[in-house]
Amino acid sequence: MTALLSLENLSVHAGSKALVSNLSFSLNRGERLGLIGESGSGKSLTSLAATGLLPAGLSASGSAILAGKQVIGAPDRELNQLRGTAVAIVFQEPLTALDPLMRVGKQVAEPLARRAKRDGTPLSGTALDQAVLALFDEVALPEPQRIAKSYPHELSGGQRQRIAIAMALACKPDLLIADEPTTALDVTTQAEILGLLDRLVRERNMALLFISHDLPVVANTVERVVVLRQGETVEAGNVAEVFGNPRHDYTKSLLAAARRLDDAMEGRV
Amino acid sequence: MSTTTMTAPADKKSHSLALKAGVVLVGVHIAIGLLTLVWLPYDPTAMAGGRLEGPSLLHWLGTDRLGRDLFTQMMIGSRIALIVGVGAVTIGAVIGVTLGLLAAFASKWLDDALAATLDILIAFPTLLIAMLVVAASDTANLWSAIFALGIALSAIVARLTRILAKRVLVMDYITAARTSGSGWPKIVAIHILPNIWPTLSVNFALQFGLAVIAEASLSYLGLGAPPPNASWGRILQEAQGTVYTAPLGAIAPGIALVSLAIGVNLLADGLRDTIDPTRRAR
Repeated sequence: MTALLSLENLSVHAGSKALVSNLSFSLNRGERLGLIGESGSGKSLTSLAATGLLPAGLSASGSAILAGKQVIGAPDRELNQLRGTAVAIVFQEPLTALDPLMRVGKQVAEPLARRAKRDGTPLSGTALDQAVLALFDEVALPEPQRIAKSYPHELSGGQRQRIAIAMALACKPDLLIADEPTTALDVTTQAEILGLLDRLVRERNMALLFISHDLPVVANTVERVVVLRQGETVEAGNVAEVFGNPRHDYTKSLLAAARRLDDAMEGRV
Repeated sequence: MSTTTMTAPADKKSHSLALKAGVVLVGVHIAIGLLTLVWLPYDPTAMAGGRLEGPSLLHWLGTDRLGRDLFTQMMIGSRIALIVGVGAVTIGAVIGVTLGLLAAFASKWLDDALAATLDILIAFPTLLIAMLVVAASDTANLWSAIFALGIALSAIVARLTRILAKRVLVMDYITAARTSGSGWPKIVAIHILPNIWPTLSVNFALQFGLAVIAEASLSYLGLGAPPPNASWGRILQEAQGTVYTAPLGAIAPGIALVSLAIGVNLLADGLRDTIDPTRRAR
């Protein structure tokens, strides 16, 4: 079976400065991979490079094969066909990931209608509305009818992130990239969203690329991890191996920091 | 963000008051402008009474030095001002928004070139650009004035559009739309334009006022709509020789200009608060 996403020696440069260098990993359907590291370690850039969405001024080299197609250097029109079909992204901050001036029902309907059209089964009118409500149901949003008519600022952070996930699901992607999907949420909501992602990835048999700096969250969500530091791969392997027996100092210090935080929290309670 | 979302009740009340005042002011001008299409108290070009008569029941604002009814002229002035305002802002908006979006999407080099050109254009006074365009066209008529003002206004619209669009372009929801396979034209239509519209529309209202005043200036200088078009600027110009004997001829166009410009601004401000869902109270 060919991999859904396969990166080989992927590098991202800003001018002559390397932001990500020689990153390689591959991801099959149903697999879950965590990309971890501190802020600025190139986690998010990797996901943007893999979908051909790097901002102007940054260039990628190496190879990123998504659903059998080379992404690096491909024209935008070809990539557009790939995006919204093979891959979808859930962003960190659900407030900025939703258009503030569009009712959320419409925002979810938009990619849903496009995917349906690409599949040759166009959706519109009531059928489209029903499909939106069904998606809201799938991401466990209460009162889908009312929420569909709301604007993002009228919803809670957790609800907004569920909407963002529904938008990603509307594309029926094979690969779901979750870019720090729980960082902007409080702890209880975090757990709910993680549970939701876990269920959806299993039910839909998607691949999950989970980007986070939160080690406990990563440990509970994925099977394999790649640890990044300043754009370089420090360590990679199974979660249990990497976290249980870290070989690199950086991984050790990340783990120690997470443990210290845990201890401090428990000490205070 | 939260300070603008949570509008205090008193603030909200003054907003709706401003909106009402705007509706009334603009409404009066529109009503008069439409009325002139079907009915006028007197023939605007014919002598309707004695020369320089004061206000009376027959002539509400008196007559000018040729004996024409001033109120009739003012009514036609409303129509001309509205045509100029709508026309110039529409032309300025179409050219400006297109250029601004192009600049926002352009490569660094083209963007810099466009931005510099716009800055140079903006450095020229609107009126001066309009005068140049009118002078360059063969005949001075209402449409050349409108076109000239539209061009002059477009630079400001373009620069504003560029900067607003750039701010929206870096938002996550644009990336999200692109990840879901949206093409750029669609993103511009459903995400970028709606999100820059609240700010743009207020600017259009400001420019409407600018255009109306600039057209009056052009007419005053003899570069606007030629006689017998009764533009407020031309009424003002014709009244200046007799301003001590018949001051109404100068006061009336001034009041009309200010009331229309203020009215449009109040209206736009009020409408923005009503249209923008993030500014509406829950």
